[in-house]
Order: sequence, then structure tokens, then C-alpha cells
Amino acid sequence: MKDIMQELESRRQAARMGGGERRIATQHTKGKLSARERIDLLLDEGSFEEFDMFVAHRCTDFDMEHQRPAGDGVVTGWGTINGRMIYVYSQDFTVLGGSVSATHAQKICKIMDMAMQNGAPVLGLNDSGGARIQEGVDALAGYAEIFQRNVLASGVVPQISVIMGPCAGGAVYSPAMTDFIFMVKDSSYMFVTGPDVVKTVTNEVVTAEELGGASTHTKKSSVADGAFENDVEALAEVRRLVDFLPANNREKPPVRPFFDDPARVEHSLDTLIPENPNTPYDMKELILKIADEGDFYEIQEDFAKNIITGFMRLEGQTVGVVANQPMVLAGCLDIDSSRKAARFVRFCDAFEIPLLTLVDVPGFLPGTSQEYGGVIKHGAKLLFAYGEATVPKVTVITRKAYGGAYDVMSSKHLRGDMNYAWPTAEIAVMGAKGATEILYRSELGDADKIAARTAEYEDRFANPFVAAERGFIDEVIQPKSTRRRVARAFASLRGKKLKNPWKKHDNIPL
Amino acid sequence: MFDKILIANRGEIACRVIKTAQKMGLKTVAVYSDADRNALHVTMADEAINIGPPPANQSYIVIDKIMDAIAQSGAQAVHPGYGFLSENPKFAEALDAAGVAFVGPPKRAIEQMGDKITSKKIAQEAGVSTVPGYMGLIEDADEAVKISNKVGYPVMIKASAGGGGKGMRIAWTDQEAREGFQSSKNEAANSFGDDRIFIEKFVTQPRHIEIQVLCDTHGNAIYLNERECSIQRRNQKVVEEAPSPFLDEDTRRAMGEQSCALAKAVGYASAGTVEFIVDGNKNFYFLEMNTRLQVEHPVTELITGVDLVEQMIRIANGEPLSITQSDVQRTGWAIENRLYAEDPYRDFLPSIGRLTRYRPPAEIAAGPMVEAGTWVMNAGAPAHAGTAAIRNDTGVFEGGEISMYYDPMIAKLCTWGPTREAAIEAMRTALDSFEVEGIGHNLPFVSAVMDHPKFVSGDMTTAFIAEEYPDGFAGVTLQDHDLRRIAAATAAMHRVAEIRRARISGRIDNHERKVGTDWVVTLQKTRYDVGVDADRDGATVRFSDGVEMRVSGDWTPGNQLANMMVDGTALVLKVGKITQGFRIRSRGADLKVNVRTPRQAELAELMIEKVPPDTSKMLLCPMPGLIVKVDVAVGDEVQDGQALCTVEAMKMENILRAERRGIISKINAEAGQSLAVDDIIMEFE
Repeated sequence: MKDIMQELESRRQAARMGGGERRIATQHTKGKLSARERIDLLLDEGSFEEFDMFVAHRCTDFDMEHQRPAGDGVVTGWGTINGRMIYVYSQDFTVLGGSVSATHAQKICKIMDMAMQNGAPVLGLNDSGGARIQEGVDALAGYAEIFQRNVLASGVVPQISVIMGPCAGGAVYSPAMTDFIFMVKDSSYMFVTGPDVVKTVTNEVVTAEELGGASTHTKKSSVADGAFENDVEALAEVRRLVDFLPANNREKPPVRPFFDDPARVEHSLDTLIPENPNTPYDMKELILKIADEGDFYEIQEDFAKNIITGFMRLEGQTVGVVANQPMVLAGCLDIDSSRKAARFVRFCDAFEIPLLTLVDVPGFLPGTSQEYGGVIKHGAKLLFAYGEATVPKVTVITRKAYGGAYDVMSSKHLRGDMNYAWPTAEIAVMGAKGATEILYRSELGDADKIAARTAEYEDRFANPFVAAERGFIDEVIQPKSTRRRVARAFASLRGKKLKNPWKKHDNIPL
Repeated sequence: MFDKILIANRGEIACRVIKTAQKMGLKTVAVYSDADRNALHVTMADEAINIGPPPANQSYIVIDKIMDAIAQSGAQAVHPGYGFLSENPKFAEALDAAGVAFVGPPKRAIEQMGDKITSKKIAQEAGVSTVPGYMGLIEDADEAVKISNKVGYPVMIKASAGGGGKGMRIAWTDQEAREGFQSSKNEAANSFGDDRIFIEKFVTQPRHIEIQVLCDTHGNAIYLNERECSIQRRNQKVVEEAPSPFLDEDTRRAMGEQSCALAKAVGYASAGTVEFIVDGNKNFYFLEMNTRLQVEHPVTELITGVDLVEQMIRIANGEPLSITQSDVQRTGWAIENRLYAEDPYRDFLPSIGRLTRYRPPAEIAAGPMVEAGTWVMNAGAPAHAGTAAIRNDTGVFEGGEISMYYDPMIAKLCTWGPTREAAIEAMRTALDSFEVEGIGHNLPFVSAVMDHPKFVSGDMTTAFIAEEYPDGFAGVTLQDHDLRRIAAATAAMHRVAEIRRARISGRIDNHERKVGTDWVVTLQKTRYDVGVDADRDGATVRFSDGVEMRVSGDWTPGNQLANMMVDGTALVLKVGKITQGFRIRSRGADLKVNVRTPRQAELAELMIEKVPPDTSKMLLCPMPGLIVKVDVAVGDEVQDGQALCTVEAMKMENILRAERRGIISKINAEAGQSLAVDDIIMEFE
């Protein structure tokens, strides 16, 4: 008996060492942690339960039968983040470069199946050289098994990918189908084809960092939702995100004790809107002053900055925030911002996270680049996402809500539950100047007359009251009491039940 | 007594005057420019009148507009505050003609003291000690050299109409005297349109000490002790105190009596200040007389209990002084720090914008002001006569705007204590509690001054800032004792935050996260291993070397201000969020404090410290603004000082110039583009 126990211990010991001390040291010199060290940081101390520690591959080609490390390049299991269960896989670059074999994929599929069955999020820590070439089609089959599970799990349990090393070729498509992708700056990259192939095919010379580094994917491609300085920071911030998310689509988002008065009055909000309607202001100030403890977890901070998306808490409960940002492109909607916000709204709706929408939108961005790029269909994505969402929806119009963009931004007409406006709101078909130039085209030559007409239009429509008279605005509220009003609105909506008609699935304009 | 007073000023001084006027039962009238529509002084006053566009030369200093406002409101008296029209004899004359009382000295006194040469002559005649020098006008450089030799080097060459350091040169040799004369003359002609120059002895180890006087229209004159204002940056006062740590009783009396003599000589009737320069041997020399209420008047009020604004109003009303020289007390010590919207980390560049957060420390009444019963306090603030006092004269509010049009001073924070040490200590804590966000400001800098050994010992000269911070201000480096206190506090705070995290809903029953007691705190590149034993009242923090500190406080997660007691003394921290810890601001330091479990710390040590990109070969945008023009192209060779591009911020065009020779390798911005602070505009090879 004692020998067997000893053997177990020595086998475990060997498995835990992954690719060995030397390879772990190499990983460290690159500022990267080992697969198990990462799990230590992600999970509550001592909470990790490992599966399939002794799994080894079955490949016999290319002398692979002599190289069968325990675990096969990925560590899998479950553990807790602040006591809440998650499933995790962490690819081990020190073992065969973290390459994906049939068995490696099987291990990942196993925990994904359990996550679906038991209703807990899946976190993937990616650090892999790609498919294990020695296995050929078996490796590809393995990828596809994972892809299929990503698809089925989508909208059932939250899936989060952290790219902590290479992630290239087919490997990118699993993270691509998860809910969130985070990257580590300077030590991770993602691309479908690497710099060498790019050079051969297109003659473009580009570095891996330029082609698929954290900066590229957070600022240009929007593939990644955020990037962090290093492994330690990335994993700590992922823990923070998980605290906002429900375990699955059957449960409510978690509630956390809070130390902030829901009725907190912020007098400074009364002066947030500048006197000149064309002067920008920072919408983030409003978000931070509404949120519990000024805590906001922003998603896609560096992409399409004319719209802000992220999570906050109100009375300790998670709320998804979508807000136009007047500081960038006057807060207008365009292709990028519509896509960004639409995906965020759909995530929140899928996981029962209530939506707060803060509106200051002058309309859609005009121009050929937008029309050629298909702004019609991209803008429609956001419209569609809001229209289908059945979660509690609270909207506050702070200033402009013009034209079609007014309709899109969680308007009353898209089943908005509580639609508030500040007294500074201007809910109209367009700005006063544009409107008068169309309505009074014949008077365009007379500057005085046009000015008078503009003033007249402003008087009539540049306010929230026309909409309020029609009930499109439920209440005009004081800016300083926004937090209290919004918190009470969501409190009143905790029992909301709304169902869309049965369908196989909808056909959002992708 | 008149019953309605107009305050021809803005900002904190307008608010300050309104407070006293309201206390005296007077109706108050504010004036405001378009930029000040929502300003605090407008809200505080009983009525407010718009006087035009934002620039002061189109509103606050246009006599006609103020006269119109007076006529419109029916005000019978005007307090001019400081700056703007306060020392403009034409304004005093206009008021006189309109039969409106000017809360200030007679016009003739303003005129006589307004000119440097005339005022010095009058001072000499009144028996006031003046700096040896040549009073007449100097024709040419040869004469300047001759006079310099007579006065004895070092000498100061000054423009008669000068101020703010303009048209001022110091010469130690004939050669320097010759050159200095010429450049002063040119500068004076350009800046003031008046190229009259005079020469005087340059005082070594100079300290700026001034005497507050009060004179009535019945020939009474008293002095209310001195203020020391030696801590100045480019002739702008930053820290003031009363009394001076340098004066003895005889010197104080001599300065006070001479000041009263001077005031009487010009028929002075109001509050006024006689400024002296005092050398290392306590020789004092008259500099000038300011015929108005000084910015730093609160420190005098705090040690004497006299409300200077009230006295000014009563004097303007023709009342005789109700106090005599022997009634003037000098109790305890008062310090004032001027809070400027100037970013100390960017060479004190003015910073404008929205005050997203503005929470001054709560005012506390104590000392002579309480006994005199004249200090207008925030409602509900407790009065503890004898302990420390906090007073904050301010003209701004949270959500308000700091505009580019006016002085960047946003508040004057004053503390009073029975001793200088007590006043300084109260100031340190008050500064730590003062929350200002949204703009750059000098709070960290004045905090650093409050802890500077030279300031603490009282051994300072007007060169203090130039000598002690020759390369500007880069933040404070804290010593082990202070670091430990912060480490102990943050370890205890972090543990509270982690326990809260572990109390989230949806946990697996019986498998909750256990928050440990061992933590590793890293701050300012220093590591402390601590154990935190929490109990009902706080925590005991044990350092690995055996040191123990008791920690308690009011902090809860998310709170931006922590009032802690650490090791028996108060520690106030401004708390921000960072991953695994806090951003802590305290005592002029701005720290990233990481609090981690031992395992997290072990792994964090494996992380490679990323070197920030070398910005010496880049042109960074110094302020948020719009690129108006790019003057160079890639490949251009530029010379030191050559214009590279123009950035427009708040309607001001700022030309950015090359700091050294170089070749442009990359340009990232084009005309019409909006940039944020530190965006890279162009790069050099």
C-alpha cells in the first residue's frame, strides 16, 4: 500500500513539473508564468481540483511514443473565484509547446461538458504553439470538438479566454467564439496566419506584435476586449470580471455587499452638461458617479471610444452599461461603435444582466466610408440587440437624442422599461440648425430669418418635454439624483418577466 | 451705515467679503463675467449682475461696467477685493464722484504708494528704513555702473513700474551692471511702456515679511503683527504664516511703528500692508505698500481674532477703530497654503478644466477667531477653542469649472494651532484630506513643503523653492517610518476589501474562500511582509521584523478617503483603485501600493518590469487640444527652439518648439486632429 501511495505521489510530482525546471525557467525569463502558477493566481488559494493529470497522448508517429508527458500540455479542472465555481483549462507551453493533440482537446472538452451540465463559467488560459503537427487530422478534429462546444455553451455559461502566449491558426477560433478575450501585453499574440506566411503570400513585412499583439487587437481589430500589463495583473482582473457575471443563464448575476448609499446625491452632475451644446464632456464621469463605489469594469476600452461599454454594480447587483461618449466623434454611432455595443447588449441579455443606457447621441456618422462599410446593417445590429433584449432596461438621456439614433439607444419604443431624461435633453429628429435649413430652405439666404427660425425650433424641440408629453420619457429627472433614480428603477424591475415569441433563433443582421 | 455693498471681484475673495458683509447684515451684490455665470460668489450673493465677456479687461476691470452695476443695484459701497480694480485710483475717484463709498484707502494714498520711486521717497521721509540705493532716474549705463559702485555690490537693477520679476536684474560686477541696466530698460519699455530704472542694494538671505496695518479716517493707525511670505515661486507667494518665526519683539515693534508712520504720512484709512525685505541679521528694508486687502490676510485674522474685512467696511463707513494697539493679540500660529490649479509635475503649468471632485477638509473653529466670535463657519462645524483650527477660503465647488481667464488660485487653506508645530501638523493632515480631482494642482507640492526640514525649522529665504527644488518637483520619496505606516494601513484595508469580495452571493456552500492573514505589501520599491490580526475595533499589523502597529479607521471598500489611526497617530490617505492594491496619496507622495498574498507576491516578483518608452526623442502633447498646424515634415532637420507645431487648447494657441537639434523621423498627428495629454505628436531620429 505504501509503495502505491509513493508511486502516486511521485507521478503527481512529475506531472506537476510539466516540461521541467529548465523550460519553466525559460518561460519565466519571458515574463510568463507556468500553467499551474497561472491557475494559482486565478483561483482562490487551495481551491483547485485537477482532472486528467495523467492523460497522455496516443500518437506513435514521428517517434512520439517516446515522448508522452503526463497531462499532455494542458492543466484542467475546477476551482473557485471568491467561493463561486468555475472550470478552467490552462495550456502548458513547457510541455510540447502547449500544442493541441486529440487527448489535449479531449481534456478541454471534458471540463466544458461538465461546465455546461453543472452551470459554471469556463475560463481558458491560452498559451499554445498550435495544432500538434505529428498528429495531423486528429489534432484538427480535437480543435473542432472544442469549437462545437464553444458554440453550444455560448449563451449558457460565460466563457472567457485569456491569451497568455501564442495563439495562431485554427487555435484562434475557440477564443473567438467565447464571450470575452483578454490579452497580456508584449507576451501574447493572435493571428490566423503568421508573419512568415503573410510575407510569402502578400509580400507584407510585419512583426508578430504588429500583426496580432495586444495593441492591434484592442485598438484596431476589436478581437480582444482588454489587455493587461502582465500575467499577474491579467489574472487578477479576470477574477474581478467573474465577480460581475452569473454562473449560467438560469441564474441571476451575483450580489455583493456594498458600502455606498444608493440615494447618494451628486450635486456636481447638475453642471456636467456644458452650456454650449457642442462642447464635449466626459460621460465616464457620469458612469463613475452612478456606480456603486465608483467601480466600473470597462469592456473594449480602446476600441470605438465613441461608445462606452462595461459593468458596474447598483446596490451590489451587476448592471451592464452602454453610453455614448461625447468626447469622441461627438458620441455618434458608426460601424464600430454599433458592433461593439450590440455584442455587449446581447451578452447582457443572454445572462440576465440588466442594462443601463446613457444617451447623448447626435446621430449616425455620415460618409462614404460608413455607407460602403455597411453602416446600415451594422447599425441595425445594435437596434436589433436592444429590441430583442428582455432584461430590465433603464435609459437616461443626458443631452442629444437625435433621429434614428434616438430610437436605437434603448428607446421607450424598443421596450425600454424606464426612460428618463435630464432637463438638458434634446429629443428631436435632428439638431435645430439642420432642421431649420430643411424646413425653411427658401429662407436660407436670409441669415436673420434663419437664426430666428432656429431659435424657434430650439424652443419647441430642444428639450425633453415634447417626448415627455407623449410618454416616451417616463420622467424628467434632476441630474444630481440620477444614481438614486436609476437604482430605484432597477429595484422595481427585479421581478420583470418578458418573453419573445418562440423561434429556432433570430436572424440578426450579421 | 450703508446697507448694500457691491463686491467688484470674483473667486474666493468675493466669497470671503460676502460672508462678512452678510454677517454684518448688509445686502450683497456680486458681479460676474460670462465665464462666471455659475460661480460660487454669484450663488452666495443676494443679487448678481452680469458685466460682460470672460476676459477681465472686458468685464472685471472695466470701471464703467462696475459703475453701471452699482447704479443698477443701488449699492452704496464697493469692496474691490484684491487685484482687478483694488489699487486703481481712477476707480476710487469714479466712486467718489458717484457718492459711493470705496472700501479701501483714499485715492491719494493709492497713487502715492502705487509708484515704486514715489513710495520709497515718502517712506524715507517718514523715517521708514529703506534699501540703500539711488532713487533718481538713471540716464545711461555709465551712470548705472557709477551708482552701483556707490551703493556697493551686489545691486538690484529694477524697473520703476515693474512687478512680478519683470525688468529686474541682479549685478555683482560692473560688467553685469552695464548689461543688466540695458536689458531691464528694454524689458520695462516693452512690458510697461515705462523705461524708468532705479538701482538699489541687493539684500542677501532675504525674507519677505510684511506688516498688516489698520487706519481709520480719524487719524488712528494700528499694526496687527506681521506675516512671513518667504515661500514664493517666481515672486508668487505659496505659503504664508503669522507670526514670522524669525522676528523678535523689538524688530516687530520697530517694523510695526514705522509702518504706521508711513500709513499716517499718506493719510491712509483702511487695511493696508507694508512689505519689507529682511536680511539674515534682521535688518529690514521697506519694499512697497499694498493699499488693499492682501490674499494672505486670513493668517492675521486667525492669530488676532480681528475680521479685517469687517474693519475695512466700518472704516469706510467713517467709524473710528474700536481697538487700540494694546488690544491687538498675537495668539498661536497660523499657516496658509495657496492651492493653485497648477500641475507641479509639469513645471507648474496652469491646469484648467472641470473639478470632478472637490472636497476640502471640514472647517474647524479654534483660537482667537472663535473668541472674537467673528469667523463665519460652515454650519454644524464644531468649535474647539484651544485645539487646531482649519479654515478654507474658496471660490470653487465640485462640478465647477477652472477657467483660463483668471488667476489659477482655487483655495486658501489655513490652519491655526497654539504653536507653529501644531499649526504645521494640522496643515499636513488637512492637506491629506483635501480631495481635488479633474485638474492638476499643487497639493502634493505644498504637502512636501510642510515636511521640508528647512520650512519646519523656520530657516527659509525667498529663494527657498528655487534652491530646494531647482529641477522642479517630482513627488516626495517617503522614509521607512512613513512607508511602514502606509503599509500597515493598506494591509488592513486590503484584507477588509478581500473579505467583502469573498462574501459575494452564489458561493458553493461550505467551500467558501478563506481570506488569509499574511500579506506582502510593496510600495516605493520596498517590500514589507506583514501579518494582519483583525478584531472588532481594527487590526494589529505585525511586521516580519517584529514591529507591531495598531490600525483602525473609518475606511470601507470604495471610499476615496481613509481617516486612519496608525500606531497612535492620525494618517489620512487618498485611496484610488489599482489591481491588487491601492493608489495612495499622502504627504505629497503618490504611491502604487500592492497588497498580495505571499504566493501572489512570489509570482509577481517573476514579472518583468517594463521600461516606459524613452520619450526624450518624442514630442508629446502637453495638454488636451487640437492640432492647428504642423510646421515640419518627416526628414526635416530642426534647430533648438524651432516651432514644430501649434496646439490649440481653450482658444489659446500654444507653439511647441524643439528642445534640441534633431531630424524628424515620424509625424503622428495632422492639423485638425484632437489629442490627449501625452499623445505622441512626432518622433525624432
